[in-house]
Amino acid sequence: MTWLTAERWRLLVPAVSLTVLLIAVFWLQPRTMSYTGLNLLFNLAVPIALATIAQMLIMMVNGLDLSMGTFVSFVACVTATFLQTDPLVGALILFGCIAIYGALGVVIYLRNLPAIVVTLGMSFVWGGLAVLLLPTPGGAAPEWIRWVMTSKPPFVPMAIVASVIIAAAAHWLVMRSSFGVVLRGVGGNERTVERAGWSVLRARATAYAMAGFFAVLSGMSLVGLTTSADANIALRYTLLSIAGVILGGGEFVGGRVSPIGAVIGALTLTLAASFLSFLRISPDWQIGAQGAILIIVLALRLVLTRREARVAH
Amino acid sequence: MSIDPAVKPVIAVDGASKTFGAVRALSEVSFSVARGECVGLVGHNGAGKSTLVNILNGSLTPDAGTIHLEGLAADRYSVVAARASGLRCVFQELSLCPNLTVTENTRIMHSGIKGLGWRRNAAALIRAKLDEIFPGHGIDGGQTVAELSIAERQMVEIATAFSQSDHAVRLVILDEPTSSLDSSLAAQLLAYIRRFVAEGGSVVLISHILSEILTTADRIVVMKDGQVVASGPAAEFSVDTLVGAMGSVVRARDARRVFEAGAEGGPVLQQRALGNAEAMDFVAYRGEILGLAGLGGHGQTRTLVSLFMNAGGDWRGRRQTKIAFVAGDRHVDGNLPLWSTLKNLTLTLLPDLTRLGLIDRRKEASVAGNWRERMEIRTNDLGNPILSLSGGNQQKVLFARALATTAPVVLMDDPMRGVDIGTKQEVYHMLRVEADKGRTFVWYSTEMDEVCQCDRVYVFREGRIVAELTGEDVTEERVLAASFAGGAA
Repeated sequence: MTWLTAERWRLLVPAVSLTVLLIAVFWLQPRTMSYTGLNLLFNLAVPIALATIAQMLIMMVNGLDLSMGTFVSFVACVTATFLQTDPLVGALILFGCIAIYGALGVVIYLRNLPAIVVTLGMSFVWGGLAVLLLPTPGGAAPEWIRWVMTSKPPFVPMAIVASVIIAAAAHWLVMRSSFGVVLRGVGGNERTVERAGWSVLRARATAYAMAGFFAVLSGMSLVGLTTSADANIALRYTLLSIAGVILGGGEFVGGRVSPIGAVIGALTLTLAASFLSFLRISPDWQIGAQGAILIIVLALRLVLTRREARVAH
Repeated sequence: MSIDPAVKPVIAVDGASKTFGAVRALSEVSFSVARGECVGLVGHNGAGKSTLVNILNGSLTPDAGTIHLEGLAADRYSVVAARASGLRCVFQELSLCPNLTVTENTRIMHSGIKGLGWRRNAAALIRAKLDEIFPGHGIDGGQTVAELSIAERQMVEIATAFSQSDHAVRLVILDEPTSSLDSSLAAQLLAYIRRFVAEGGSVVLISHILSEILTTADRIVVMKDGQVVASGPAAEFSVDTLVGAMGSVVRARDARRVFEAGAEGGPVLQQRALGNAEAMDFVAYRGEILGLAGLGGHGQTRTLVSLFMNAGGDWRGRRQTKIAFVAGDRHVDGNLPLWSTLKNLTLTLLPDLTRLGLIDRRKEASVAGNWRERMEIRTNDLGNPILSLSGGNQQKVLFARALATTAPVVLMDDPMRGVDIGTKQEVYHMLRVEADKGRTFVWYSTEMDEVCQCDRVYVFREGRIVAELTGEDVTEERVLAASFAGGAA
């Protein structure tokens, strides 16, 4: 019983839902059970997984980022234009973006503002900048990003390798490193962390900057897959990333997050869309059906956490 | 041990004053702790103990007065400086991160634990200290704090405070450390405090349980209304003199009635014991004060919650007030922290205060004002946020919330945690008056003198009722005997 800690219970539901969904997809369309098939299934999950990790980092310190979609879109536009034509300028812009995210963390903490409001405001800023940069779809992906995203490692497709790397890196950063503990502590009980002599300001700024970093990676990898960008390319990411975190066992408040779960959540969401297409459900109903899958998984998690609470007593 | 002026104190506060708005929380208090000394700090809620502690640990800067650390003036005293000089605090409200494991919480408190293998080091540190203070604690470092009981959290917090990594621990301030612990755990802690002091450490012990202070402290400082009113070696005090110095009156206990089961009609509440042959059924009659005793965490709270759920708490939220509940862990299931005192108080009464679907504000204010007087809730305005009240006064608001209803049964889950003696006596008296009017109180308490207020007592052990004591049989010895029989603990 000691092996099955609360943290692992939390991971069980998303892992099981992903497996069940995957089996269903294989059953409906056996041809997906191949190198190319898997790559196609999970290709678009990579940027979503990165955005989900970014969202998770913000939710870890009791925030919520409503600008994730527009920010990733903006990054995609920068990547498809500046980073391709003037790599130095492009890189500077992207570093500036990460710095702005860090600054947002500082402002939100110092002025005691709700993160939702600040990021909602920022979503219009990012959206506007993206439209200024690319009024019509266009641009081109830098060669090296394209190469990374379309490379074909032996045996396991790139999409899976990338997901595993993302999950492992985020897990190490947040769950295993000693600084990650402080970051989660801020979400759990800010006063305690402060009393222990830590700078909550620094912790929050770090969490936001790290979120900015992962969101930048998300935008770059998205362009690597689509080869060009559009100001509205990733608007869905705001809600997808939040759903991914929750699906993966995270919670809105209290610093309870799971990076591995978040990546699995992102994979599940991507797979759910393919699953519904294979079922030949009309696109009109797909979003509703995706919502239904989400509700079923969350209900399952609730039932299991209740059971876990009973086991604990 | 008296203070030797030649020995420099670990920390000394001289002439400290602090005001919050119009309230003078501390006025010209001088306080010092020597090496190898345990100072007991007692006083009513609102006497200024918490303010003094917050000045000692650097959270508050006094308006006037000086702080000397190891004889050196500390100009820029802060939380960080206090920690660096080896001062640790265990606060009355539990202050761990509930989402982190025990090990990870240790890491938060010890910035020195880092690098590769930090998890192993932190786990070893906390385990060693838990084993040392509370042998047989049964806490696993990998458990998240949210999974632990209140007593276990308190144990972890205490062990964290006493464990040392990069800075030596010189002074530990314990604010009501035993309030969530049962008597055997409390005894383990007090014994450890004596060992720690004998090895040259210093402790400031704040407790409402005066016998703890009298047996554990070397010197006792009594506070009242923001001032030190008495100070001297512990041997010079007794419970009576301490209470006298604090200014509260020990009222004679009302004669306990021998309650005749079923005398006033059938039971108002009952619950069959589950499965086990040894266990007894739970039955409560009209107009009695029924105590639930036994060691902490042996199923008393669970029984109360299931009684409440079976009779009242329903997802349809039926408009019946058969049962009222006074929560013990006010931060978790008592207070609405963002609401005013007034709204917290009238929460259960809203159906009675509603006219045409709207709340009658004047009536609400008058009901709340009435209860403020009856419970002597100390606040100058009921519109103040509930968190601006001291802990004991917050608890009084929760009491008022339950007593103000017409519910014939009131369940109480160790509600007097951290409440001063004066308030307790007032509440005991009020309970007795209400019981005489026909109300039934089911009262779980970890403190023996509260259990002894009851007409009838069920003693719990390992989740079951193992003994029933009535009338004159309700004595400390009998309750203890029933709690420990069968080799438990």
